Amino acid sequence: MMKLEAIIQPSRFESVKDALREAGIEGMTVTEVRGHGRQKGHTEVYRGREYTVDLLPKIKLEMVLPDKLVNLVVDTILKTAKTGKIGDGKIFLTKVDEAIRIRNEERGESAL
Amino acid sequence: MDSGNRNFATRGVRQARIISHAKRGIPLWSQPDVPHRREDFGNGVKRVNKRILKCCSLLLLVAICAMPVRAQQSAAPSAAPASSNAAPQDNSKAVNDKLADLEKRVSAAQSAGDNAWMLVSAALVLMMTGPGLALFYGGLVRRKNTLAIMMQSFAMMGLITVLWALVGYSLAFGGNGHFIGDFSHAFLRGVGVDPNPDYAATIPHMTFMIYQLMFAVITPALITGATAERMKFSGTVLFMTLWFFFVYAPLAHMVWGKGGLLNAAFGGKFPTLDFAGGTVVHISSGVSALVCALYLGKRTGFPKHPMPPHSLVLSFIGACLLWVGWFGFNAGSALAASGLASSAFVATHFGAAAAAVGWSVAEWLKNGKASALGAISGAVAGLVAITPAAGFVGPMPALAIGLVAGIFCYLMVTRVKALFGYDDALDAFGVHGAGGTIGALLTGVFAQQVINPIFGAGKPVGGLDGHWGQVGNQLIGIAISWGFALVGTILILKITDLVTGFRVTEEQEHEGLDVTQHGEEAYYMEM
Repeated sequence: MMKLEAIIQPSRFESVKDALREAGIEGMTVTEVRGHGRQKGHTEVYRGREYTVDLLPKIKLEMVLPDKLVNLVVDTILKTAKTGKIGDGKIFLTKVDEAIRIRNEERGESAL
Repeated sequence: MDSGNRNFATRGVRQARIISHAKRGIPLWSQPDVPHRREDFGNGVKRVNKRILKCCSLLLLVAICAMPVRAQQSAAPSAAPASSNAAPQDNSKAVNDKLADLEKRVSAAQSAGDNAWMLVSAALVLMMTGPGLALFYGGLVRRKNTLAIMMQSFAMMGLITVLWALVGYSLAFGGNGHFIGDFSHAFLRGVGVDPNPDYAATIPHMTFMIYQLMFAVITPALITGATAERMKFSGTVLFMTLWFFFVYAPLAHMVWGKGGLLNAAFGGKFPTLDFAGGTVVHISSGVSALVCALYLGKRTGFPKHPMPPHSLVLSFIGACLLWVGWFGFNAGSALAASGLASSAFVATHFGAAAAAVGWSVAEWLKNGKASALGAISGAVAGLVAITPAAGFVGPMPALAIGLVAGIFCYLMVTRVKALFGYDDALDAFGVHGAGGTIGALLTGVFAQQVINPIFGAGKPVGGLDGHWGQVGNQLIGIAISWGFALVGTILILKITDLVTGFRVTEEQEHEGLDVTQHGEEAYYMEM
């Protein structure tokens, strides 16, 4: 089992979600986050006062996948989330030791 | 015309009254030999009797001469009893009663119309404080201070109303002192449904009282823009109470009250044109706001840490409510549903619109973008600037005043504030102090007697009429308002600081005023 965390552009989120659904992936957890990597922020001006906004809005996608689906999901996200500009985000993969379904206490990949 | 209507005009009080009298008077009183006042009743009856007798004898003569040709028509029999004295007397009494009744009804009808508009206006002006100003300011602060700033506006709706009912109204509008009123209307004694002819002859005194109250409510609330995000609630309450008594009430009396030093309509010494409160409301609150901001010091972290508005949506709604409410503020200051009210309504709208355009264009040129905050700030600046001018200027000068105010306030808020580095958090001085001052000055330039012949029919009013001396008068009025607000506020600040303290601790400031001052949060998270 692998946990996948992807930070993507909010504007690409709908496409990524649709593509994952088409690929038959079920279940994901999504949060609105703010952050930045190498991308620079922008400035906002309120009554003449300039503020540099360097933490930009992003979408964080989290999902735990059976090993056999990992490549498919990574490819789908890469294909749909890419705009080619700085700020497209990153994908992180980590190994997961155990998964437990709360409802019936199933364990392992069948709990996913 | 009234002798009281000599030199300068404030708020069109006198003007509205004169116009209303004229309207009522011409059709009724201009008929010769018809008595129009109760004192004249006896004389009038005699005159009418004489006339009827004359008519009757003439008719009798004609009747005798033309008996065979054309006998009496229907009118003749009524004239026939000329020989007896009682009949014409009855007749004339009936006519006079009818006229008196008619006059009563006409004045009742006018009073109904005026009162309806003035009650609506009063409600509109209250709407400017809550929710208008509360939302406008509420959106401009950081989220942790939202309720606190809204509460500061709302508290004025409660606090000032109570003070006004007890003695405030009397101190502002009672008596005829130069600087302040008296206690003749304390506890609203003598304030009933009968009009107070000194101020507004066609509306109940109560309507006038409640309308003026709404101005007293919003004025201190405006100051909270400068002290936002760092002022104690207890300090706010004490400061505003003292400020209301020692700055607002005297200034309102000086400018609008009978015998007031700056009151044009009642023969004040320094004639200042201020239709709806450029000096009393905007200069006084704006200048006091600056003093408070300087005294209080900057917010912790200003200007290093970003403190952007937390919800411009709230501010946007607030500004739009202010715009609408301002029609009650300015057009209502005609104190009647008159042509002058229409004129002030139009000027108000045009001033706001032109200032929104002015600010936006200035910002667009400077930053490459026209912001929503800029547009609504511009509109408010325009409304402030047109306030003293609304009942004195035509639509085109109103556009000019708005445009100038929009650009001027933009520069005040962006350039001048940055230059001096004071932390007028929500720009109470930059918008109200600066806008009120430029508006009061431009009123002297653009006021015209065709709009409001405040100095008497045909007499020049402002610079456009060739009376450039009025600009000097405006400057005196501005200087007195500035000085009064400055000195008064400094003294009150000292007292407040000694009694309750003024500023929250740095820790409280970090935590936010909502939780530390009121024990609640504007945006509670269920977690």
